[in-house]
Order: sequence, then C-alpha cells, then structure tokens
Amino acid sequence: MLREIRPAIVLLLALTAITGLAYPLAMTGIAGVLFPTQAQGSLIEKDGKVIGSALIGQEFKDDKYFHGRPSATVAPDPADSTKTVPTPYNAANSGGSNLGPTSKALADRLKEDVDKLKAENPNAAVPVDLVTTTGSGLDPHISPASAQFQVPRVAKTRGISEDSVKQIVAANTEGRLLGLIGEPRVNVLALNLALDKAAK
Amino acid sequence: MTVIGWLQIILFCVIVLALTKPLGWYMTRVFNGERTFLSPVLRPVETGLYRISGVDETREQHWLTYTVAMLLFHVGGFLIIYGLMRLQGVLPFNPAGQGAVAEDLSFNTAISFITNTNWQNYGGESTLSYLVQMVGLTHQNFLSAATGIVLAVALIRGFARASMRTVGNFWVDVTRCTLYILLPICIVYTLFLVWQGMPQTLGDYVEAATLEGAKQTIAVGPVASQVAIKMLGTNGGGFFNANAAHPFENPTALSNFVQMLSIFVLGAALTNVFGRMVGNQRQGWAILAVMGVLFVAGVAVCYWAEANGTSTLQALGLSGGNMEGKEVRFGIVASSLFAVITTAASCGAVNAMHDSFTALGGMIPLINMQLGEIIVGGVGAGMYGMLLFVILAIFVAGLMVGRTPEYVGKKIEAREVKMAMLAILILPLLILGWTAVAVVYPTAVASMANAGPHGFSEVLYAFSSQTANNGSAFAGLTGNIVFYNLTGASAMFLGRFFMIVPAMAIAGSLAAKKSIPPSSGTFPTTGGLFVGLVVGVILIMGGLTFFPSLALGPIVEHLAMNAGNVF
Repeated sequence: MLREIRPAIVLLLALTAITGLAYPLAMTGIAGVLFPTQAQGSLIEKDGKVIGSALIGQEFKDDKYFHGRPSATVAPDPADSTKTVPTPYNAANSGGSNLGPTSKALADRLKEDVDKLKAENPNAAVPVDLVTTTGSGLDPHISPASAQFQVPRVAKTRGISEDSVKQIVAANTEGRLLGLIGEPRVNVLALNLALDKAAK
Repeated sequence: MTVIGWLQIILFCVIVLALTKPLGWYMTRVFNGERTFLSPVLRPVETGLYRISGVDETREQHWLTYTVAMLLFHVGGFLIIYGLMRLQGVLPFNPAGQGAVAEDLSFNTAISFITNTNWQNYGGESTLSYLVQMVGLTHQNFLSAATGIVLAVALIRGFARASMRTVGNFWVDVTRCTLYILLPICIVYTLFLVWQGMPQTLGDYVEAATLEGAKQTIAVGPVASQVAIKMLGTNGGGFFNANAAHPFENPTALSNFVQMLSIFVLGAALTNVFGRMVGNQRQGWAILAVMGVLFVAGVAVCYWAEANGTSTLQALGLSGGNMEGKEVRFGIVASSLFAVITTAASCGAVNAMHDSFTALGGMIPLINMQLGEIIVGGVGAGMYGMLLFVILAIFVAGLMVGRTPEYVGKKIEAREVKMAMLAILILPLLILGWTAVAVVYPTAVASMANAGPHGFSEVLYAFSSQTANNGSAFAGLTGNIVFYNLTGASAMFLGRFFMIVPAMAIAGSLAAKKSIPPSSGTFPTTGGLFVGLVVGVILIMGGLTFFPSLALGPIVEHLAMNAGNVF
C-alpha cells in the first residue's frame, strides 16, 4: 500500500496542473484568437461605451421600450450587508425566484402583474412568459407573443404606427434551429436598439 | 405537449443511441491499453506521467489496493480545494477580489467536488476567484469523473475476468481516462461553446451602462473550459449561481441540446464497454434498454406536468405551461427534458429552477435521484449502480426458479448479494435519516423558502441530491448554514464511498471466480424478460423505500394545488 502514496501525490499534482491550469489557460488563449467577441462576453458598444451584452437581459421600465420578463435577482443591501435587496437583472448574482407551484407569494405577484398588463392591453391574452420569473434572472429573450402584446404601448409612446413597430419586431424574431430545436424568441435589448436606430 | 416538443425528445434519444457504439468501441480500446489514433501525441505524455510518479503500468492491483489508491487520490483532491478556497484572498487570478471562504462552506464544497456531486452552497460569481474555479473546481471535475468511470471499468473487469486476483491499475486507468477520453473531447467542446457565445476570459467583470442608463456589472470568466467538463463528467457545478440557466453558461438552444447530449454520452457508452468486455454486446444493450424504459417514462410525466402548468396560472388565464423559473430560449420541452436528464445521470446542472417546477414535474427528478441515478447515471457511477440492481434482479430470478443465479458467466452468491444490498441501503439511510433530522431541527426548518408541503420537498430534494451525488437543488432552501453544510457533506461522502467500496468488493470477488459456460438452465439476460425484471426490481425497491416520503411532499402538494390551496 505504501507505494501508492507517491503516485497519489505526484500524479495528482501533475494532473491538476494539466487539467486545472494548462487546459483552461490554453483554451482561453485559443478561444481569444478564434472567437474574440464571444470570449469576452458578446459585449455591445455604443459610442465607445459598453452598454451591455447581447446575451444578458437588462431591466427596461420606460414605456417606449419593450420590457423583459420579471427577474428575481438580488444584491447585498448597502445599509446592512446581512440582508439583500431586489435588484432585477443583476448580472453579478444570477438566480430565480425559487417559488413553488403552491406559493402564495407567487400567486399574489402573478395576479398583480396580470391585472397591470390587462389594463395596458385589454385586447390580447397575457403571455405566460411575460409574467413568470426567468430562471437565471437574466433571460435576454421574450416570446414573440410577449413582444406583440407590447406593440400598442410602444407605438403609442413613440408616436409611430403599430405596423412599423411590428416590422421591427418581426425582423428581430429568431425561429427554431432547423425548425426543430429551441423556441421562437425575441432578444429584448436587440429589439430596443433597433427601435432607437429606426427613430433616428 | 406539442409534436415539435416530442420530435426534439426523439432526436435526442436517437443521437445518444447512435453515439453509444462508436464511443463504447473507443473507450474499450483505451481501457484495454490498446493504441488509439491519439496515441502518437498522448503516449509520450502518458509515459512521462508514469515516470515522474513512479507508476509501473504493467503491474495490476488487487481490488483493495485499487480502492485505497482511489481514496488516497481523493484525500489529496480534498486538501487542494479546501486550501485554495481558504486562501483565495491572497492568491492570484482574483480580479473580483473575493475573500476567503468560510470553513464550513469550504468543507462542504471540497467534499462536494471530490464526490462528483457539485452541490452549490456557494454562488459561483459572488464567492469564488478564477483560480479556485480553474485549479480547484475544473481539475476535480476531471478527476472525480475519471474516478467514476474507472471504478465502473474495474467492476466490469470483475465480470469479464476469470480466476484472477487483480482488477486493473487505478493510476493507469485514471491517467488514460483523463488523457484519451475526457481532455480531447473537452478541448473541441470548449471551442464549440465559446463559438455559441460562452465567455472564456481571465478579464475583470464588465461594467456596463444600460440603455436606460442604469449600471450593470456583468460577471464573466473562464466559463467554457469548466462547463465542457462539468457536463461531460456529469459534475454539474455551475460557474454561475444560476448554472446552465445563465445565458453565459448556456447561450443558445443548440448549446443546450449539445449539453444534454454530453451529459449522457459517456454513461451510455459504458453499457457498450460492458457488453464488449464480457464478450457479448447484447448484454450492454439490455442494460441500456432498462435505462431507456425508465428514462422515457420520466420524460413523459415531467413534460406533461410542466406543459399543463399550475392551477394558479390556469386561474389567471395564462396558457402555455409553467414558465416560472424557466428561460424563453429553452421553453417547456427543453427545460423538462434537461431536468430529467440531469437527474437520471448524476449531473445536477440545471437550465431551469427545479424549485419552481410543478409538484409532479419536480417529483420526477426527485425519484430519479432516489433510485440512485442508475438511468445512464453519473459517468461510471450509474453503471456500477445499475449492475448492483442487476445482481439483485438476478438473485430474485434465481429464487423464483430455485437455482444458483448466474450473470454473464459468473455465479452470483451470498457475498455479492450482501454487498449489493449494503450499497443500495445506504441511499435510504442517508436520504430519509437526514431529512427526518432536518424537519425537527428549527434552524433547518427556518431555511425553507416555501411553506407547506413544498418546504418539505426542498429538504427531501437536498438530501436526495447530495446522497446520490447529483448536485441539483430546490434552490430556495438556504443551504449555506452550518447544519446543511455539515450534514450535506456527510451525505455526499457516505453516499459516494459507501457505494463504491462494496461495489469494488464485488469486483474483486467476481474476478476471482471461474467463468461458467451458459447451459440450458441459464436465465437469458439479453431479452425483454430480463429488462422487465430489472425495471420491476428497481421500481419496487424504490417504491417501497421512498413512496411514503414522496406522499408527504410532491404528491400531497399536487392534491393541494388541484384543490386550489396556496401556502
């Protein structure tokens, strides 16, 4: 048995060096050359400043923008570090609501949001993804139905026709891969950037 | 449920089946010590490693030596992770300035990673430095996965060999598994993931000014290299807190599909390795069929439950299924499928929050783990777990006809059956035992995020996940307290090693036996009857053991939900 001790130490250190240092560092180098944009986090710049990542959702409250899904992410409370405060789309601390199917807190929150949306657009059914919390708290997408639902509000706030907004939504709708894998979706940040661009 | 949804599920199954045979062929060559197309590059590295560590690759080990070597290897791995976490504040590769991790959390995390559990009481981006993520976690993702695979191979050798005292050399198996199987796949896989949008950088977290002018700090890091092995090695420990639901950890529908495949491929291929080593590939396909039956049944229930939604959603007129805690790019089907896959294998990565699943949809992952994750299973761990159930099923069949049971040419006798029972009983002991303690301990009860039966499910899920070395969670439970850190660590440790040691004892005892040729009285183990028998034994064992606890959690919650109750 004693002769197993040397390999337990040396082989462990050697394999740790290979898999824990050489491998991730080499992959960082190669990925940085082959896919520099993605490797840095698919960042979007506007006027030389980073305004976000194409893959990470951000919070939209303004009526002229399409809104994303509810996010349950939190951040440490600046006043008391043992507590947290709701901070939607906090990309430094991802997470979901973790409320279960029989949660009263979830049922109450859903009812409130559904009522608000019904008041905003009484003509369409409220899409489920627009009121349920994202798993990561950072979902960059909404369903095409959720985008359609918000078209009247966005068009009215911006003072443009609903048809022109619908065209921009259609141009920013992604389908299933090969018509099969994944779900149809709209990237909210990309859509809002396209709206701003069209307004200029 | 939709037709497109089912087509995605079928496509997934077809690709796994298509990969099983070629990968099984390749892995068999690796573990038989034969040349592969990578040998010209890797053989010099391999022999170099043996030279510096003093390993004689021709010397095989007795099962006990093999097991001791494996345990020593893990002691070292534990010390590395624990040390790095405690010292990360003064070590390099720490751009976010993370401080030392608390003792109990470091202990829990170190145990979690050496046991291939990857339970996340830590929040990746908010707790750990890049150094810990790479050297601590990525390296152990490789080595705990390699350990699982080589232990399964050692048990398979026990069945395949006759009248031998040895089951292989642990050091050679681990080295070859890491160099020839895990590392090459991970290199290609990492590049694919970066192409899909996964970050791979040592740079600082990014400060962005959003379109509405708010400040957003975006955590990045060497994500892709860790995610590749996290999936392939069925580890499941996330780089980020939200794991594979995080858009950086699973950017697209395609990355999600490939991640699901990568959880299953090595485990499925091991059934083919088994068939090849015992000299009849149909033996391997029969095992895969057992897994397949249980898997498809689980997917059907989970997908149905999630597509159906909850009564809260239905009452508000929200159709389209239960999207709470799910991501739009995956939707209902890919989230349900992922949940069943990750708990059938002992992966534990999640692309949706299991805590927010419907009662019945969340019960399927729970059952998968309680059965010991034998449906494909953790790389290796699933295979040896399944073989333990096969031994029991064969024993039951032997009792029915009154003959000494045989399996692939080996007599299954008292010693094997006792060891198999010992290994299988550790699961209910730890899961039900610790859950019972937790629900009467006020501090542990206070950690529940949901009231009513769902709170009980959170605790039951936590101990099922840790004992079975899964690592997924009903994440509302505040697990990062001393009670859960310590009890969880014990569940992970005992759940892993008290399964491994009896399995290895079986390997040793089988290898020493003579091989007997099949006769007219031999129970055929490649047909439908055998598959049905094993499925039956698994479900009866699991049902008798865990049904009462499920009745207190998800089942009563489902009934309460239908009655319109909220808590």
